[in-house]
Amino acid sequence: MTNSWNDIKNADVILIMGGNAAEAHPCGFKWVVEAKAHNGAKLVVVDPRFTRSAAVADFYAPIRPGTDIAFLSGVMRYLLGAGKIQQEYVKAFTNAGYIVKEGFKFEDGLFAGYDEAKKNYVDRSTWDYEFDEQGMAKVDDTLQHPRCVINLLKTHVDRYTPEMVERICGTPKDKFLKVCELIASTSTGDRSMTSMYALGWTQHTTGAQNIRSMAMIQLLLGNIGIPGGGVNALRGHSNVQGITDLALLSTSTPGYLVLPTDREATYADYMKSRRFKPQRPGQTSFWQNYEKFFVSQQKSFFGAAATKDNDWAYDYLPKFDVPYDALKIIDVMAAGQMNGLFCQGMNIMMAGPNKTKIRNGLSKLKWLVSIDPLETETARFWENHGEFNDVDPKSIQTEVFQLPATAFAEEEGSATNSSRLIQWHWKAAEGPGESRGDIQIISDLRARLRALYAKEGGAFPDPILNLAWNYSDPGNPDPAEVLKDINGYALEDVPDPADPAKLLLRAGQLLPTFGVMRDDGKTSGGCWIYTGVYTEAGNMAQRRNASDPTGKGVYPNWGFSWPANRRILYNRASADAAGKPWSERKKYMWWNGSKWTGPDVPDYAPTVPPDKAVGPFIMNQEGTARLFARTGMPDGPFPEHYEAMDAFIANPLHPKVSRNPVVRVFAADAKSFGTPDKFPIVATTYRLTEHFHYWTKNAHANAVLQPELFVEMGERLAKAKGIQSGDWVEVTSQRGSIKAKAAVTKRIRPIMVDGKPCDIVGVPIHYGFIGLTRKAHPVNTLTPPVGDVSAQTPEFKAFLVDVKKTTPPAQAAATA
Amino acid sequence: MATLQSLDIRRRSASTETPPQVRQAPVEVAKLIDVSKCIGCKACQAACLEWNDLSLSQPIGETNGTYNNPTDLTPASWTVMRYAEYENGDDLEWLIRKDGCMHCADPGCLKACPSPGAIVQYTNGIVDFVSENCIGCGYCVKGCPFNVPRISKVDNKAYKCTLCSDRVAVGQAPACAKACPTQAIYFGSKDDMIVHAEERIADLKDRGFEHAGLYNPPGVGGTHVMYVLNHADKPSLYSGLPDDPSISPLVSLWKGVVKPLSLAAIAFAGVAGFLHYITKGPNEVSEAEEHEADKLAGDKRA
Repeated sequence: MTNSWNDIKNADVILIMGGNAAEAHPCGFKWVVEAKAHNGAKLVVVDPRFTRSAAVADFYAPIRPGTDIAFLSGVMRYLLGAGKIQQEYVKAFTNAGYIVKEGFKFEDGLFAGYDEAKKNYVDRSTWDYEFDEQGMAKVDDTLQHPRCVINLLKTHVDRYTPEMVERICGTPKDKFLKVCELIASTSTGDRSMTSMYALGWTQHTTGAQNIRSMAMIQLLLGNIGIPGGGVNALRGHSNVQGITDLALLSTSTPGYLVLPTDREATYADYMKSRRFKPQRPGQTSFWQNYEKFFVSQQKSFFGAAATKDNDWAYDYLPKFDVPYDALKIIDVMAAGQMNGLFCQGMNIMMAGPNKTKIRNGLSKLKWLVSIDPLETETARFWENHGEFNDVDPKSIQTEVFQLPATAFAEEEGSATNSSRLIQWHWKAAEGPGESRGDIQIISDLRARLRALYAKEGGAFPDPILNLAWNYSDPGNPDPAEVLKDINGYALEDVPDPADPAKLLLRAGQLLPTFGVMRDDGKTSGGCWIYTGVYTEAGNMAQRRNASDPTGKGVYPNWGFSWPANRRILYNRASADAAGKPWSERKKYMWWNGSKWTGPDVPDYAPTVPPDKAVGPFIMNQEGTARLFARTGMPDGPFPEHYEAMDAFIANPLHPKVSRNPVVRVFAADAKSFGTPDKFPIVATTYRLTEHFHYWTKNAHANAVLQPELFVEMGERLAKAKGIQSGDWVEVTSQRGSIKAKAAVTKRIRPIMVDGKPCDIVGVPIHYGFIGLTRKAHPVNTLTPPVGDVSAQTPEFKAFLVDVKKTTPPAQAAATA
Repeated sequence: MATLQSLDIRRRSASTETPPQVRQAPVEVAKLIDVSKCIGCKACQAACLEWNDLSLSQPIGETNGTYNNPTDLTPASWTVMRYAEYENGDDLEWLIRKDGCMHCADPGCLKACPSPGAIVQYTNGIVDFVSENCIGCGYCVKGCPFNVPRISKVDNKAYKCTLCSDRVAVGQAPACAKACPTQAIYFGSKDDMIVHAEERIADLKDRGFEHAGLYNPPGVGGTHVMYVLNHADKPSLYSGLPDDPSISPLVSLWKGVVKPLSLAAIAFAGVAGFLHYITKGPNEVSEAEEHEADKLAGDKRA
């Protein structure tokens, strides 16, 4: 989230699209209800299904799964055409006026630089600004230059007329325009819109671009950095923001630093592209500090073994050839190229796409370790459960180890929520049986591995032997000590750069802020963005002061919000170029003549005056936000609508480049995509409030509340297929088929796409062959083994199936 | 479900005695369910199962192709969410209602109950079932205009929402209100709930629901569970919430005219039997009759 859960109460318009907050985030949804009840907010829901969120919305519009970019580009076209953008904001805080290089183009679905053979943009050199001799980007403040970003954007989105939106998305034109109007009502500086999204946007081959589209809309409206605004990702686990911060992505290290590739053999190579000089006068370009964060992290990983002479143990880091994300791991495993797999809190059999491929892969492993508080389908993949998991255990040689772990309430530690808020939680109960905390399990593993390497050597034992493990109980470190390690501390006395006679930090002192991190090895810190969470003043994550002095929902002394306890990111943008609030209603941070003031922590030093024109978007070298992404996105600097891999129609915009041209398809999966002649129905997957992923099917009460898998379908489809609610149906995709009970509903509206009726079915993900709920076929039997081109998040939200009436599964018939 | 506790009783089923009245009557309480804030998440259902230790008594069912689960109130599910799809012109509405005991001011169940003290009404308005006194006759089911009580097949006693009388007695809100994430369930004095409802109704009217209103039906003397409805003119849209509930005339008959008559009939039967004995002597069963009876019983057993 750029903003926070609490801040949603300040919104005037709430757009839930690409998510279903009432269903999946019922507790956080209280802030939506609050905004409606006490801020007069209008709730708008755009979703393929009329959801629980839609049930309390002021306006609902249907959309075909996988067409959000077309819809949002249509919104941009409307805003630009109707002049409903916040002109001053756009000029001051975005790259609207930046001049793009000659040679940049977009034709027939492709941006400049595409290589057909490599299925990639090999030359992205034109996806950038023109620079002057000083390396500063050229800007046309009048926004007149034909190649300045805003004019290129106008041209780019001009194709997305309301008629085209209706043709692609199936959203009736009048409903689309009504949504546009509601969104546009927040371009005035005294109203704001918040965007709440989740996996409905990420789980597509165009996932990251879905979110970028919304970010661009919010920038055009001036809704970033202000109360009740922002682009807000609703995270699906209590601590999934935390695991993302601590390097969920296989090519990251904690704090969004980057794991080296095998083309960066030396530290000098690695740092060469990471100097991040400012590209506009006077800008912060905060990543200039990259080396300080990197060196402090290496010190945290390897302690005294990381020295200037050995380039801070750069050689200890693995260098990747290709990204080893979950999809790649599954592919390698299925190809029989992997010996063992650790699944820690990961039910990959259910959570990965294409269950059949995953199960084949697990069957080829020598060993599998499952670290989990619960029995999982993954740990039981080899067990025959009739047609729900029809395997022959005798033919599977994988040795499976189950290490029972404690659940969240059985251990203490920190969790980071969607608001980037780090909160401590305490142990409520002892874990059952032989369960142990994850920290203890991993520490034990580390001790045993280290002993093996110490005894037997091996090809490169150094990283394991020199791993820093300075905890009072190395076998079971105190989570508070781990958080201190993440926060970082001074390894030696650090003199004050302003006055060397004074001491800035004494050796051993916890770091108060990442601003004091050093690239000379004097500081350590595992994840720079978390610095400040555990200082000499104590564990900030434990703070529980519920006061909100300004009534804006800020709560500055409750927990610790990274970075630097900032609650709304880019809050400099809540005031105009002169530092004056855009309006009294949305007043947040402003220049009082001598410093930036307001309820939050400013984006940069509070004494930098507005006339220095330092931009709020300090992580960008130019200090402004990017309507044009430059080279950051693998599929283009502007979002473009591409069909899902299981394409329902030929892309009306460019039929020859129907699907995302840079999608990674493994050779083994070349034939796993379906076509509408065989699979004429669009399917999507989703979650139910009553369940949490694949866990709560083990809990009796949750199983009572939603006991069994079903497939939702509209009345038009049900009638055509002779299906009634409660009937057993078979759902088939190119990957496989499942059986489920039909739930016929008016809530899936009949829509028309590209001149033909488009029927949609929805399948909840929670059910499997383990647990108290009725046994079911895992839904990922149906889903395609392909991911978002930026993040490799699987395309669970849009694929093609066929549906027919069928007989009950053998086992269900027997128990009925 | 309740047993003796620190709530004063206003009324008691099948009793003419006056319950203790010396303490000042506390305020009347009410639960206000605002359907316009309800997202149908079933946190209330889960909280009810957990607080009342009912979870394991409620079997895991199967889906019937709707979100209603369990599909109806049961002896262990004292509240269930009901989901209705309503096409209002071009627009669709998903009307979600938390169903359960309404705690009527004039409770049909209590009136119908023949077992002394099996159903009580506290001075705060809560209507509670006292299991020790319940004889499982099911009259409360017939007496309830909302079809709420359920008879358990395990112990043959009637069960329904207690409005968490145990929690309310110690100053806590019911478990469902505590668990509700969106404050769709409010709990407090009935007067305060009516004031709060008015604020919500004004907001709904602003949003175009011209018939928004409070459901507090006079036919049962008002209720201690009330709804804010978007369509208060058509309560039945909400999965059959009665438009104008009242106690079945049969209950009034049974408790009114019929009761003395039936008591008289019982007395008459006793007297008649005694007179028959005096005048004709005991009834004797002939051997032929015995044989006939055995044959009949044998037929039934087969």
